[in-house]
Amino acid sequence: MRRLRLRPSTDNLLTYGLVIVAYIVIRILIASGNISSALQGQLVPITAYIVMAISLNLTVGVLGELSLGHAGFMSVGAFTGVITATLLSTFADTTSLEWLSLALGMPWLRLALAMLFGGTMAGIFGFLIGVPVLRLHGDYLAIVTLAFGEIIKNVMNVIYIGCDANGILRISAVSANDLQLSEGGKIILSGPMGAIGITKISSFTAGFILILITLFVVLNLINSRAGRAIKAVRDDKIAAESVGISTWRYRMMAFVTSATLAGAAGALYALNYSTVVARKFDFNTSILILVFVVLGGMGNIRGSIIAATVLTVLPEVLRAFNEVRMLAYAVILILVMLIRNNSTLRRLFRRNGRNGAMRKKNLLNGGKGDEA
Amino acid sequence: MNAAKEKTIMVPLPSQAIIPERDAAKKPILEVHRLGINFGGLVAVEDFNIAVGRTEICGLIGPNGAGKTTIFNLLTKVYKPTSGAILLDGKDTANMNTVQINRAGIARTFQNIRLFRSLSVEDNVKIGLHNEVRYSMGTGILRLPKFFKSERRARERAMELLDIFDMTHLASHRAGSLPYGAQRRLEFVRALATNPKVLLLDEPAAGMNPSETEELMSNIEKIRDRFQIAIVLIEHDMRLVMGICEGIAVINYGKIIAKGTPEEIQANPLVIEAYLGKKKGDEAC
Ligand SMILES: Nc1ncnc2c1ncn2[C@@H]1O[C@H](COP(=O)(O)OP(=O)(O)O)[C@@H](O)[C@H]1O
Ligand SMILES: [Mg+2]
Repeated sequence: MRRLRLRPSTDNLLTYGLVIVAYIVIRILIASGNISSALQGQLVPITAYIVMAISLNLTVGVLGELSLGHAGFMSVGAFTGVITATLLSTFADTTSLEWLSLALGMPWLRLALAMLFGGTMAGIFGFLIGVPVLRLHGDYLAIVTLAFGEIIKNVMNVIYIGCDANGILRISAVSANDLQLSEGGKIILSGPMGAIGITKISSFTAGFILILITLFVVLNLINSRAGRAIKAVRDDKIAAESVGISTWRYRMMAFVTSATLAGAAGALYALNYSTVVARKFDFNTSILILVFVVLGGMGNIRGSIIAATVLTVLPEVLRAFNEVRMLAYAVILILVMLIRNNSTLRRLFRRNGRNGAMRKKNLLNGGKGDEA
Repeated sequence: MNAAKEKTIMVPLPSQAIIPERDAAKKPILEVHRLGINFGGLVAVEDFNIAVGRTEICGLIGPNGAGKTTIFNLLTKVYKPTSGAILLDGKDTANMNTVQINRAGIARTFQNIRLFRSLSVEDNVKIGLHNEVRYSMGTGILRLPKFFKSERRARERAMELLDIFDMTHLASHRAGSLPYGAQRRLEFVRALATNPKVLLLDEPAAGMNPSETEELMSNIEKIRDRFQIAIVLIEHDMRLVMGICEGIAVINYGKIIAKGTPEEIQANPLVIEAYLGKKKGDEAC
């Protein structure tokens, strides 16, 4: 018989502590000029990827459903965020209310609202996907999210969005000229060129705060009535229904929460650059985030954070050994996989909820069709 | 067991089913009329009728593959019946799904144990309390006062229930790592946590040694007395079935071949034939 190791509350404090200490250390390094500019440029993307990994872990590790289109939600959040931020700054210029103009002049408020709207929009997309798919049993979610990621990428590639001087949005699927923007208008999204002319308002501190919010939401969700229900659905769908838990409801709850957080991360990510293209959020990115989750451990939130950080920094560090860079990356991945099977080291990368690899129980044991 | 246990007198209902006399003043908690299902031509259950009194312990026996588990799956809507009606506390359950059935008052255990294996024993029971101790997702995330109050209550209730089976010391263990007998007991506790009116136990003594079985028998009676619920159990251990069941239905090839008190069943030639006719291996399943 095995006891579960740490108490959840102790374990969570460790995770928060890790994030806060890392933030302080990096702040000190920046202040003392001990951090390379290349790495400094990576700080916001790293925080965005951490949020992506934690949120995907909610779907893959805690709910036990495979999602192959997490970058699609990031994309929705990114472009919604860029549009929101641009509209807000236009609004700040044109509004006659002085206090509103002043408030929206503050970058952090625009960023916060951009992340809020980006997250909400991604959550809505998550819900729309979930309505038909989460009722089905089997691996449909993987297939549909994969398609969703590709569709979003291709749609974003042909859409032109601009806003004219008074903040009215114009949309076209033909060309930038087709928007017929008047004097003082601004192109936000320019088809294959992506979002252009973005005002960079993201910051490392904003990313840090988003990570804390994500941790707060995800860890508190996991350790609550709803979280238990989600884990129950993962472990045994038929048993969960037999004790009166609506599987559809809790799958939806986990999936939409996961999509919403990914959307917020997307907004943070996009508002860190002057241009962002939809190709950035393709299948490769979805797989990359999945790799973070798998390496960090299913359901292990702290593992996701560490894996996302290390695997984002690693290619940069390895740049010094240019010829063998990809080889070294692959070897390190393999080593990590091997080390993770070592019980002592595994305690460090401990899984939060479950042991063993992701169980595709619906595939192996059948859904409703099997003997209950 | 109680040596001075009174023998239950069974009385006929208008529907010709029988239930314990002490329950006769009230409607049966569960009434099943002409229930049937076929799986693509294979008739697994046919013309199944029973009534279960409010505090009855009722046995469902029959050779392996007779359709007993299928009946539990029909009662809980894991399978959709192809014919017949199930009345729970007088209400038709035709439009209910598995979740609604549980909320309406039927809980069950599984022949091939289905615990939430990666979670702790305590969490397994708390999941059973899902519909009793409620608070919203937002309350949980924001850690509002109601969260702490409800969680405390859930923990108290879980410990109370675990205590019935002397399992409180196992509360923080992983459910999947428990010994077999303890896993069966935990499933029992989890089902009980949903506050059922009818508890369906699918081979609760399977894999238990004689002393564990003995303990299980007294626990089943204890729970019926304490919670005043009906218990329907599938079991191959005849000592258990004859020892605690008040009404028994015997199934063979998806059909009821006999119904009655333990004495009547033991004397029924059809039953003896069904069991003795293909004795080999049957007792073990
Ligand atoms: N989902 C299913 N599909 C097809 N046949 C099934 C299904 N479930 C049960 N059966 C069949 O129904 C019959 C009764 O099975 P079951 O109820 O498990 O018997 P038992 O009395 O041993 O519990 C068996 O012949 C079994 O093969
Ligand atoms: Mg069976």
